[in-house]
Amino acid sequence: MAITLDQTIAQRQHNWRSSILSSQTFWVLIAVILACTFLSFATDSFATTKNLYNITRNVTFVAIIALGMTLVIITGGIDLSVGSVLCLCSMILGVVMHAGYSIEIGIAASIATALAIGGFHGFLIAYIGMPPFVVTLGTLSIARSLAMVASGNTVVFQFGPDHDKLLALGGGAWFLGIANPVLYMIVLALITGFVLRWTRFGRHVYAIGGNEHAAILTGVPVRVIKVAVYMISSLSAGIAGIVQTGWLGAITTNIGTGLELQVIAAAVIGGAALAGGVGTALGALVGAALIEVIRNSLGLLGINAFWQGCFIGGAILFAVLFDRLRNLRQSE
Amino acid sequence: MAILELINISKHFGAIQAVNDVSFAIEPGQVVGLMGDNGAGKSTLVKMIAGNFSPSDGVMRMDDKVLVMHKPVEARQHGIEIVYQDLALCDNLTAAANVFLGRELRRGFGPIRILDYASMYKRAGQIFAELKSETRPRDLVKQMSGGQRQAVAIARTRLSEAKIVLMDEPTAAISVRQVAEVLNLIRHLRDQGIAVILISHRMPDVFDVADRVIVMRRGRKVADKPIAATSPEEVTGLITGAIEQIA
Repeated sequence: MAITLDQTIAQRQHNWRSSILSSQTFWVLIAVILACTFLSFATDSFATTKNLYNITRNVTFVAIIALGMTLVIITGGIDLSVGSVLCLCSMILGVVMHAGYSIEIGIAASIATALAIGGFHGFLIAYIGMPPFVVTLGTLSIARSLAMVASGNTVVFQFGPDHDKLLALGGGAWFLGIANPVLYMIVLALITGFVLRWTRFGRHVYAIGGNEHAAILTGVPVRVIKVAVYMISSLSAGIAGIVQTGWLGAITTNIGTGLELQVIAAAVIGGAALAGGVGTALGALVGAALIEVIRNSLGLLGINAFWQGCFIGGAILFAVLFDRLRNLRQSE
Repeated sequence: MAILELINISKHFGAIQAVNDVSFAIEPGQVVGLMGDNGAGKSTLVKMIAGNFSPSDGVMRMDDKVLVMHKPVEARQHGIEIVYQDLALCDNLTAAANVFLGRELRRGFGPIRILDYASMYKRAGQIFAELKSETRPRDLVKQMSGGQRQAVAIARTRLSEAKIVLMDEPTAAISVRQVAEVLNLIRHLRDQGIAVILISHRMPDVFDVADRVIVMRRGRKVADKPIAATSPEEVTGLITGAIEQIA
């Protein structure tokens, strides 16, 4: 039977089943589910309401920032400054509120700081052509230093007249008993997923990561989009900082130290490719979940916490290896 | 009537005279082979038509209007489409996404406008069918053959009412069978009344598909002849300088 040209063109090479099976996010999700199932049977303390509540809440801070980081990684960039930006944004919020201003002003100042840092990154990277690694390494140092300057390197734990509002924002559970940070994470993930899949902006983010030169030649506003992406990344760190401040009820100048590694790990484990062009919002959440489950399980299984870095680092290498193997198979 | 006319075009970069007093006209549905050795001025000439550079001297006319461009995007607005040598494709996107890159179709109302996947797949499929290319809109470009990649790059030129398509070395790095596919794609463009400027080093391709050949040497046009009135030997002589010039 002859196959006409039209039939060939209409054919779909991948059905939904094969595309799910070839997605890294799917296999990491399976790993998370298997790990949770195993831990539920192996320990008495895993599947308790309190522990699950802890896990979901701990996941959120890494996951929220990993959403922004995923966008940056898709364009082929990296943002090392997120841990320090989180600290600075928390501190700005704390200092402004401690000085007697309302929570709205505190949050506005905090968000404005995040956007300014992101805009600064984007400008240096997109318009001056500096490598993202160097630019964000610079602000990693600068932002934490500014946080120390802003607070005089003290702990801020009194947030002025709106103190209780702030604690409720981060520590409450306004909807069906789900912790607020989890709600924020879900809403932000839905927005990110929508933007990546359904908007022209999202399409262009992928195009820049795939072939930046091609994007320029076809009229994609590459510089503007890069600036926007770094602003979103800093914004996500700022939002996580605000929520975390409300949850912890105190800010020190060392919060978020080393967080960038966990966030990048979450994005990469969830399927974002550091070479650019690949990544999803769901992947960021699933990657963050796997890291948190590993962390949590080590404690519950009575393994010395010093081993944590080995397991998380191993998970990163395994994820990248998996991606490599899949690409090798495709190119054959 | 000529669709594009170059009148005494020159371009120099400092002391270097890249293109020197070149004139020619192209008619709709004509395939013109532009040949010449490296450094003969082909690329500079093409970049002026593509809007990357402005000429130092001379004028370009399109549809009897003077054509002045400052950016490549303006060339597209005038109906000049370029297929770049490296094709400018994003491997991580589907064929349809590449075809519509920078010109995505959207639907919705008010400020919320989402990508119209269905229409883009449909339109891309129609274009591939027109081009008689076995290319599936939903496939990732990463997995495609050289000929299919060419088809995707050429399909971009069919989105708007292109009048002229510039192709830079489209057959340089692909297999023999794929070369035949690409030459067929060029014939399909010609049959739709589109003028094609084909920059190529490959003599057989130019003699196979072009109606006319223009030879450049050291920034000057040294020949402009119908294919039927010349031979590969003569063109080789013109490129190397063994034959000085033909009116």
